[in-house]
Amino acid sequence: MPTLTIDGRTVHADHGTFLLAACRKAGIEVPTLCEHPAVEPYGGCRLCVVDVTRPEWDGWSKMVVACLFPVEDGIVVHTRSERVMETRKVVLDLLLARCPETPLIRDLAAAHGIVATSFVTNPEPTDCILCGLCTRVCDTMGMSAISSVDRGAGREIAPPFRAPPPACVGCLACAEICPTGFIKFETGTRKRRIWDKDFDMLRCPRCGRSHITAAQADFFAGRGGVPRSYFEICDHCKRAELAATAMRLAGQPATPARQG
Amino acid sequence: MRIESLEQFGAAVAAAREARSAKGREVWVCCGTGCLANGSKAVADAFGAQIVSGGLATTLGLYHKSTGCHGFCERGPLVVIQPEGLLYTKVGVGDVPEVLEKTVGKGEVIPRLLYKDPATKQAIAKYDDIPFYKHQIRVSMRNIGRVDPANLDDALAHGAYAGLARALSGMTPDQVIAEIEASGLRGRGGAGFATARKWKSCRKAGGDRKFVLCNGDEGDPGAFKDRSIMEGDPHSVLEGMIIGAYAIGAHEGYLYVRDEYPLAVVNLQKALADARQRGLLGANILGSGFDFDLRISRGGGAFVCGESSALMRSIEGRTGEPRAKYVHASDKGLFDLPTNLNNVETWADVGAIIANGGAWFAGWGTKKSKGTKAFSLVGKVKNTGLIELPMGTTLRHIIYDIGGGILKDRPFKAVQTGGPSGGCLPADRLDLPVDYEILADNGSMMGSGGMIVMDDRTCMVDVAKYFLKFLSEESCGKCVPCREGLKQMLCIFEDLCTGRGKAGDIERSERLGRAMQLGSLCELGKSAANPVLSTLRYFRAEYESHIDLKACPAGMCRDLTAYEIVSEPCTGCHQCVKVCPTEAISGKARQKHVIDPAKCISCGACFDVCPEDCIRFIPKKEQEAAHAHADD
Repeated sequence: MPTLTIDGRTVHADHGTFLLAACRKAGIEVPTLCEHPAVEPYGGCRLCVVDVTRPEWDGWSKMVVACLFPVEDGIVVHTRSERVMETRKVVLDLLLARCPETPLIRDLAAAHGIVATSFVTNPEPTDCILCGLCTRVCDTMGMSAISSVDRGAGREIAPPFRAPPPACVGCLACAEICPTGFIKFETGTRKRRIWDKDFDMLRCPRCGRSHITAAQADFFAGRGGVPRSYFEICDHCKRAELAATAMRLAGQPATPARQG
Repeated sequence: MRIESLEQFGAAVAAAREARSAKGREVWVCCGTGCLANGSKAVADAFGAQIVSGGLATTLGLYHKSTGCHGFCERGPLVVIQPEGLLYTKVGVGDVPEVLEKTVGKGEVIPRLLYKDPATKQAIAKYDDIPFYKHQIRVSMRNIGRVDPANLDDALAHGAYAGLARALSGMTPDQVIAEIEASGLRGRGGAGFATARKWKSCRKAGGDRKFVLCNGDEGDPGAFKDRSIMEGDPHSVLEGMIIGAYAIGAHEGYLYVRDEYPLAVVNLQKALADARQRGLLGANILGSGFDFDLRISRGGGAFVCGESSALMRSIEGRTGEPRAKYVHASDKGLFDLPTNLNNVETWADVGAIIANGGAWFAGWGTKKSKGTKAFSLVGKVKNTGLIELPMGTTLRHIIYDIGGGILKDRPFKAVQTGGPSGGCLPADRLDLPVDYEILADNGSMMGSGGMIVMDDRTCMVDVAKYFLKFLSEESCGKCVPCREGLKQMLCIFEDLCTGRGKAGDIERSERLGRAMQLGSLCELGKSAANPVLSTLRYFRAEYESHIDLKACPAGMCRDLTAYEIVSEPCTGCHQCVKVCPTEAISGKARQKHVIDPAKCISCGACFDVCPEDCIRFIPKKEQEAAHAHADD
């Protein structure tokens, strides 16, 4: 088990993990915007920069991002060195210029002592921080319906050709993982709309709630051989059934499913 | 015919040399991209047709060949007559009969076509006597301009694959690596990592599937050395890669070539096909039992794809974006398998090093930077083109002896080395020997070997802005410091160049630049602030002038500059009137002319053309103040 020192504390990290997990294990908070346990680390927001050194490096240290730096035995980590804090501040200052109205960014910047950006404020404020969580979760789900398009300052998240994405199944993973609520959608009892694409909703045959798009049920039923009927039943009813089965096996009377 | 063994290889080389010497006389027509653009294809075709129709092929044993770039692009189309070694410049189709009749037929030199030394105004007949070539020592470019890139036998006659033959004739992979180590070769792509160390770590990596890659994604503005090598001597790149693969234990490789280099792709494809057919590539190379094959992967022209991890993603068919490199490519590179990536020039050096020995290469250079290095010498210098020199050559020697000095003999101001991520060095650094460490210590870098010379009419703030614009368009946008930082830095610089600069802009640029260096994901972002930081280091006063005085000392920022005609010695020659695009200049013949400030767009065309040097530029503010005063 690699043993490292983070801000003076000795931490035993798990093999094959990244520095960010070790920091959290030690109870040390490192800010992040593009990290999420559901997806592979990305290293785009650069907020989790930390200084890494070794006693034998004679005072030399390197700055790395904690979300992607594999833990190594014997390293000494400083999560709040002067240059680390300075870099984080500039990054937040830049993000605040890009997203001047986004609460998440305003709060995080304020926590670092930045109330107003020192750069030119974006004349067209956006809530998209380009953290890439939406595209990565879409890839992880298996759809890859949206991606980043263009490069540099013109980069944005969009479906192919900015048209309703053919591969989208309306699962909402992108909207739910988005940390700023930038990705908009509407769900009614019959229809859902996201990325300018309309989807028919399925109703749970047990409780009647609209909970999944037909396209999503088709997509997942087509993979792995699980019957479509499995996806048609809503999560609440599936949980209730599981609970009832467990209770029955334990010899307890079943409690009615909670409707919510 | 397929070469099945080292003995057969020796015989094939001997046969190729024999065939070449039997032909006797040669006319080399440069068909590199620069000369092609100047019409060299038609010149080559005319030589071909007229040699045949004139019966010269049989009577004189004369033949012509299309070669790669001689490096002296601004004088193209270039024609070399061998064995005399005569160089003719700017040769047109109409000159062909005369060259064949007089020079080839009667041995007469045609003075009109000779190169004239701009320094001495003397015509120089022999290729090797021209200062531009005389001082060069070519290793990676050893055969460019000499071989027909589409002819493997011609390459063999010039020594191609001799290094490979030596490597496969009993050298172990470790011995090959030791030879590279002895040469002191370091990566020619810019970072300067020791090639042997890179190979060693990839050789040590586990697994039986490994890759060797060639980075042919040269994208720096003004740099074209890799293009010329791939176009002009593709076999040198192939040879290096085969040797490297043998040393590392790889059997597959990719040549990543940017799509904007169509001739490089065509010539490499031909070289791959020919090498495969002759048994130099593919299964059981030269009968040694070693297998290796190569494919070409064409990039889409994104500058960032020259970054190693982005390049690998691009070959994989994914978006060309960099990723963190805490795990080295030698362990997990292309398709997460051990991978070794080297630059075109590095690969081109390898064959010559193995053929001639590491000590031979290490005989040139400085303590830590060995061998020779190719540079693209461009900008305000008399002789622009491609050069190769021993490491440790001074900037002064490069710019004045090879480059012939500054255009119009204007004062030298700075030289930008290392491409967009490099830096600008001022006149007091001209005597620095060029090597990796010295350039880095002085705030610039070796980079890909681009060298842009600037005269006194170059605004350093404007230069930094140019590179910022380039980089902001080429940043992939994945990480915040590079994407947002470049955008904001460019905003600051646009303000500076248009008179909207304010106190604190310099400090803000420095702070942002440092954060970009520390916080960016890849080298593009980490080095993106270098043009800003290096010009601030050496030309801070110029920045201050833009902010405090709203004046551009070089007179290049149009919003800050006005032009006026000084009465003496304006002769009323009218030349300025002719070039003025806005008809802002008026005056009777042989009388002093005047510029109408209301119409003048400060383009400086009149300044450049005035034979009497009587046009001067002044800060626009000064002119406006003078006019306001006159109106009072």
